[in-house]
Amino acid sequence: MADALLRVERLSVALPTRTGYHKAVDDLSFAVDAGEVMGIAGESGSGKTITALSLFGLLPHGARVTGSIQLDGTELTAMTSKQLRAIRGRQIAMVSQDPATSLHPILPIGTQLTEHMRHHLGVSKPEARSRAADLLATVRIPDPERALRSYAGQFSGGMRQRIAIAVALAAEPRLLVADEPTTALDVTVQAGILRLLDRLCRERGLAVIVITHDLGVMSATAGRLCVMYAGRLAEAGPTAELLTRPRHPYTRGLLDALPHPEAAGAALVPIGGSVPSLGRVPDGCPFHPRCRYARPSCATDRPEPGPVAPAHLLACPPDPLRAAS
Amino acid sequence: MSEPVLQLSAIAVEYRRGGQRVRAVDGVDLTVARGEIIGLVGESGCGKSTLARAAVGLEPLAAGRVTFEGRDVPHLGRRRRPAYLRGLQMVFQDPYESLNPRRTIGELIADGDRLAGGTRRDGLRHAAELLERVGLPATAVDSYPHEFSGGQRQRIAIARTLATQPSCLIADEPISALDASAQAQIANLLSELVDDADLGLVLVSHDLSVVRQVADRVAVMYLGRIVEIGDTDTVWASPRHPYTEALVAAIPRADGAGVLPVDLPGDVPDPASPPAGCRFHPRCPIVQDSCRELDQQLAPVAGREIACHVRSRSAAPAR
Repeated sequence: MADALLRVERLSVALPTRTGYHKAVDDLSFAVDAGEVMGIAGESGSGKTITALSLFGLLPHGARVTGSIQLDGTELTAMTSKQLRAIRGRQIAMVSQDPATSLHPILPIGTQLTEHMRHHLGVSKPEARSRAADLLATVRIPDPERALRSYAGQFSGGMRQRIAIAVALAAEPRLLVADEPTTALDVTVQAGILRLLDRLCRERGLAVIVITHDLGVMSATAGRLCVMYAGRLAEAGPTAELLTRPRHPYTRGLLDALPHPEAAGAALVPIGGSVPSLGRVPDGCPFHPRCRYARPSCATDRPEPGPVAPAHLLACPPDPLRAAS
Repeated sequence: MSEPVLQLSAIAVEYRRGGQRVRAVDGVDLTVARGEIIGLVGESGCGKSTLARAAVGLEPLAAGRVTFEGRDVPHLGRRRRPAYLRGLQMVFQDPYESLNPRRTIGELIADGDRLAGGTRRDGLRHAAELLERVGLPATAVDSYPHEFSGGQRQRIAIARTLATQPSCLIADEPISALDASAQAQIANLLSELVDDADLGLVLVSHDLSVVRQVADRVAVMYLGRIVEIGDTDTVWASPRHPYTEALVAAIPRADGAGVLPVDLPGDVPDPASPPAGCRFHPRCPIVQDSCRELDQQLAPVAGREIACHVRSRSAAPAR
């Protein structure tokens, strides 16, 4: 994949805390092609959102970034904030979890859509207006002309998320980062948003990174999946393979914690313990205190992601699930 | 299943909005027995949280009646809860807001004990036991809520309700603010508690898959009314109301098959002006002319009750 749209190599992000700098993202590498949906999964505290923010240069003040983030061959980590402003919105855009906070409450929807286009694409006001109406129609907002004059508060949660996606797409970015885009929505509305993202990928060649803890959402949308734990890559590969034949005990654990339509009434199997907080990540494999397959070497040897099948990386050298897969 | 612990009879709840009366809950009957978990599901705006609040006396009733262990549950307003309602408790959605940040976990839980007639000292001792029962260390009694994660806080909130020795719990989206793994833990905990203490539990959730896992019966709400109610297995295996069908089809499954969930177009209508006839008819895939006029009543079909005369009629000859 020499021509990946986004290539992240050995990215580490250290955040300042009261007890010094601690790595929220630790030696993470992945790539995303145009027209592809890639998922990043993990519990809260696994570093998913910090990874997303680092793509935009929107990390908390004082964060230390090492490694490389290349968008179409251009290095983003070395950019000034002015250069980054020209990329954000234009090349990469973000859709966040809560459409109630990502849209401006007292600016009309039309203004929020057209300001992006005017700023990044330099189109005229009437041209921007008509493009904005088209965009709202694309995301299936009824009566786009009227919607342009309306305010965020006049729409339901699902409609607001569609509008937030339209705003993100206004300057025709090539990569969309969707951080828990449907977590706040009902399942019926979620289904509509997932179908919309899928359609945008196919029709516009848009690359999408979906960040979510919901493996059901991943299964429906993402072709490839990265599972993160405590800032590191635990396992990455084709979604169908990871969900049917997981090799990392953490991926297995995430799947076991889900209710299975076929196994009604059986108790859910939660993963014991919780994600370590910043600065309390154990030595060796960060997952070993919660892992039921842990052996003594797991507490000392840091696992590195290595290939176990075509396009399938695993950071678990003992590989206890190999036989099962 | 034993005698009903909580009974809702034809209850309606109204809000006032800009001079208009909005019926958020419109004629719901529900009976909860001890040792039973009832899952209450539906999209946001369907009235499920309002129903939960009305069931414990937090909302005034516009019609109908709620009884707990045979006695009326009045609307409380600012009044003190009568002692006989002690056994009816609520678990709220957000464990970040439902626990007082300035009081220790022990004090928070001991409140429940004092309501049950114990002393503060007994309450603190009991708190340690309750914390272990919900899977937290007994030493947590001296800690403050901010020292715990969302899942742990929800355990604390549950321990607090247990201190009152409840016979019925109403849990309003108790797991939706939590991570998948923490969700599984809390869902399991609730189901164990129901078995151990012979509680009745109403589990309000928009997450059908969790309700499917733990609930004995499921009630599906749409725009203030129950449209389908029955044994969870029966309803899940073959939903009969078109709305339930849409809800089940919309759940993405983590099976790696890459199948996109099925969309249900349109939004829940404004409850201030509900559609005439069947309230689901504007979004219904099998709508008929009669649906626009005929009000739907729950009727038994294939081992559960549904409020859809189209499906009731088509099922009738088969039986």
